Amino acid sequence: MGKRVGIETSIAAAEAVKMANVDVVAAYPITPQTHIVEHLSEFVADGVLDAEFVPVESEHSAMSVCCGSSAVGARTFTCTSSQGLALMNEIVFIASALRLPIVMILANRSLSSPLSIWNDHTDVMSVRDVGWIQLFTENAQEVFDHVFFAFRVAEDPKVSFPVMVNVDGFILTHVIEPVEFWDQEQVDRYLPEFKPVHRLHPDNPTTMGAFAMPGLFAETKKAQDEALKSTMPVILKAWKEMGEMVGRHYHPVEGYQTEGAETLILTMGSMGETASIAVDRLRAQGKPVGQLKIRLWRPFPFKEFREAAKGAKHIIVLDRAISYSGPGGPVASEIRAALYGEKDMPIVTNFIAGLAGRDVTPGDFINMYDQTIDMAKGNVRQEDYIFYGVRE
Amino acid sequence: MVKSEKELGWKDLEVGCDVKEPGNGSQYRTGDWRSVRPVWDKTKCIKCGVCYIFCPDAAIKKDEEGYFEADLYYCKGCGICAHECVTGCITMVEEEE
Ligand code: SF4
Ligand code: SF4
Repeated sequence: MGKRVGIETSIAAAEAVKMANVDVVAAYPITPQTHIVEHLSEFVADGVLDAEFVPVESEHSAMSVCCGSSAVGARTFTCTSSQGLALMNEIVFIASALRLPIVMILANRSLSSPLSIWNDHTDVMSVRDVGWIQLFTENAQEVFDHVFFAFRVAEDPKVSFPVMVNVDGFILTHVIEPVEFWDQEQVDRYLPEFKPVHRLHPDNPTTMGAFAMPGLFAETKKAQDEALKSTMPVILKAWKEMGEMVGRHYHPVEGYQTEGAETLILTMGSMGETASIAVDRLRAQGKPVGQLKIRLWRPFPFKEFREAAKGAKHIIVLDRAISYSGPGGPVASEIRAALYGEKDMPIVTNFIAGLAGRDVTPGDFINMYDQTIDMAKGNVRQEDYIFYGVRE
Repeated sequence: MVKSEKELGWKDLEVGCDVKEPGNGSQYRTGDWRSVRPVWDKTKCIKCGVCYIFCPDAAIKKDEEGYFEADLYYCKGCGICAHECVTGCITMVEEEE
């Protein structure tokens, strides 16, 4: 087992990328992702990481470089946030359609306008349907562990898809937390050498990214969808083996105090820890409350989620992004859809909160719980979504 | 030749929809986009090859006598050859069928 150190999450992430022995890093700096990229560029400049660091002129170029380097068989990493993700959007779709196992950390941040550098999930929700494997992390340790996990899953010959690791900007990227490092030997054992299932090579000419006529396009998309859905066994195995090796056990959907819980608070990302405190306080008052955290966002873990939600009367979903005038925040919409038609379907209450760095405290979660129970008692028709704590 | 586009099912596709057969774009009949076709008046042609160079689809071939003509499997009827011809020997005529 490696050493346990107090370290900033971004630096721990960069250390993990170095230990994963990445071949190419192409990135453009953007707050709050900057520290990760800066540290990687230092590693390369100092000669402690034998990789190509490509200081591109935009995020569009960053993802383009990543596609090229991954296509020739190089282990490839990038990192962005918010506006940067918006600028690279076009190529983000291409990376998954071409089945290129790029790993990207997305330091989650809101999108303009108004200009904001602070954390919410507007950026990641704008790329929900790009066809990447997407997961969320809650603390520095989880970020560190999931760098190895992301490369392992992405590059598995049965997968060959890009993986996006969501890390809340500032709330996670800029905090110093204890992280238990892996030994290099553990990393090397967990993460085999990258052997691409398809690659550009002069000995075996291949065209990637050709066009498809209407007569073929739907078949290409069906193939992509089936391939993404079939990644689940590899994902589960990668978590299982990590658990056996380092003793931390991750799952697509994780529960806390779910035993006998009538109400479940559902979160994604770093707010999970705040919600857990609220759950503890409510439990101490004898309230039957538990918590669900969605770790794996794509492929969406329907089976695991329905199993975890079984028996609940209410699910309180925290959304940190808005679907303007839509049926609810992006997470709540999916949760409602996943529950539709289930026996004894729980009522889903959706709060939009924590936008662009606005704090959400344990007290806020307790308030959301009280509001939910009041609405249920009064038989009030639920709004599709409620902006929490907004001044009139 | 591999299966044609209309015969391929989703399970037949390569990872990432790679094309493993180099140059198979030549199977793609762009000629059916055409509504007008170039017709050469050889009496005015000076065999300069300008039409051949400018055709964006490389759809112009040289015959044994050194004159040029369009390969109608690929010619899209864009009219660039007629526009560029130095002696004005190419006319674009309506496709009847
Ligand atoms: S019409 Fe256009 S495509 Fe056809 S031969 Fe002339 S230049 Fe080429
Ligand atoms: S450009 Fe005109 S003159 Fe020159 S080769 Fe073509 S048809 Fe003949």
